[in-house]
Amino acid sequence: MKLITAIIPEEKLDEVREALIEAEIERITVARVSGHGRQQEIVVQRGKKVVPNLIPKVQITIACNDEFEDITVDTIVRTARHGEGAVGDGKIFVQDLKECVRIRTGERGGQAI
Amino acid sequence: MTWKRTLGCVAAFGVGFPLLAQGSGPVNDSGATAWMLTSTTLVLLMVPGLAMFYGGLVRTKNVLGTMMHSFAAMAVVGVLWAVLGYALSFGPNVLGGLIGWSRGLVLLRSIDHTILPAGVPEYAFAMFQGKFAIITPALIAGAVAERISFRGWVVFITLWVIFVYCPLCHWVWASDGYFYNLGAKGAIDFAGGTVVHISSGVAGLALALFLGARHGYPKTAMAPNNLTFTLIGAGLLWVGWFGFNAGSSIASNLDTARALTVTQVAAATGALTWVLIETIRDDKPTSLGMASGILAGLVVITPAAGVVQVGGAMALAAIASCCCFGMILLKNRLGYDDSLDAFGIHGTGGIVGALGLTFFIRDSWWAEAAAKAPGWGILSQLKVQVFAVGSTIVFSVCMTLLIAFLVEKFVGLRVNEAVEKTGLDHEIHGERAYGLNNLN
Repeated sequence: MKLITAIIPEEKLDEVREALIEAEIERITVARVSGHGRQQEIVVQRGKKVVPNLIPKVQITIACNDEFEDITVDTIVRTARHGEGAVGDGKIFVQDLKECVRIRTGERGGQAI
Repeated sequence: MTWKRTLGCVAAFGVGFPLLAQGSGPVNDSGATAWMLTSTTLVLLMVPGLAMFYGGLVRTKNVLGTMMHSFAAMAVVGVLWAVLGYALSFGPNVLGGLIGWSRGLVLLRSIDHTILPAGVPEYAFAMFQGKFAIITPALIAGAVAERISFRGWVVFITLWVIFVYCPLCHWVWASDGYFYNLGAKGAIDFAGGTVVHISSGVAGLALALFLGARHGYPKTAMAPNNLTFTLIGAGLLWVGWFGFNAGSSIASNLDTARALTVTQVAAATGALTWVLIETIRDDKPTSLGMASGILAGLVVITPAAGVVQVGGAMALAAIASCCCFGMILLKNRLGYDDSLDAFGIHGTGGIVGALGLTFFIRDSWWAEAAAKAPGWGILSQLKVQVFAVGSTIVFSVCMTLLIAFLVEKFVGLRVNEAVEKTGLDHEIHGERAYGLNNLN
């Protein structure tokens, strides 16, 4: 099992989510997060340029069985990218997932996903 | 100046007063003036109220963009009205009565010393009317929220106020206007059922159809981001509406108190009815339903506040809530994107009020009407109301589409898809509504 965490631009959420649903990845968790990478966003406030040190992004977390790893990652990369790719398009982290438990039934492992 | 000018919206209360020459004119009535200044302030309070009402209903990414539509109206029309809006609306007939005009009223120069026969400085009347001109275009924004460009909006409301609002205002409220002189005692529009609510409601519908639906509508759920805002906004609108309706008597007397009373009763009845419908139908009284019902009640009583009594106000408000609720269900079935139901509530409620009031007019009004035109009855008045409502709808829809077409062609009216997806706040204004979502 894998745990896939993707940090994507806010405006791409709908597109990514629709594509994931189309690829039959229907179980996801979404959160608003702030952070910084290489992207710098300059904001003008009352005529003064301000560089906020934290930029809002959306974080998607998906737990899946191994065979779904590639399609999930590929779908997110394809839909979250701006055109040919731009700084700020985000990152995807993939980790091995030790255990998964469905609270309702107590099932464990791959079938609980 | 020797021409006559009406002192407001009082088609129901008799003829316009002659405006007397400076110096020998009427004396200031401090009571009436104090109430008119208060009303003017209250009506302005409705605009930030509307901004909050609409701002709470859109998605998180469009909050500031949506609130800016209302604030832009305050800024744009605030200037426009003083420069030429008042002259176009309350100047004497020109172009065969299509509109008013008086050069002296440009920049309000000729009213510097004027006290109206009602005992109110004309400045107070002009500013009071100016607030109506601000809120009317701001109402339209609800129909086209989340997809109209700021630049296009500013140009649109400028043209719309000049070519739609000012003529309508002149027809209904100037003493030489078309509708003011229809039938026995004129078409009844106490505080702006036709001028404000029907004209903006149908303009919103026309503009929404012209622009097309938001990306993803109706498939994607577009839930309100903050109903707390919406409730506060509805509350501010309710409070401000006392200035809007009771101030429209341009006096501080019995008529004022009558208008204030039916306004209060109608808002409460509208809210109660809407929540009751929801409870019976879906088992859940919602806060959005409460806010919508308040608005439906307030809208419907606007044209009627001068002629109906408490029972009539309750009946009209209950009918309005049912009709507006039905219209929103119908919208969902037909699939057009009147995003925040500007037509569903203001258009529908305004039409119900302007026509329905005929059946609830107080007896003393009928007696006065019969004295002027023997045999004047419900049917004759209904004809006048239907004519006023019909003309308003046709005029507003045609002119709105024409203006929208021109603005789309020369300035651009709808934002592109990328801006719409990211949101108006960030893309157009470079800001975000909620700091909490960004830890900076």
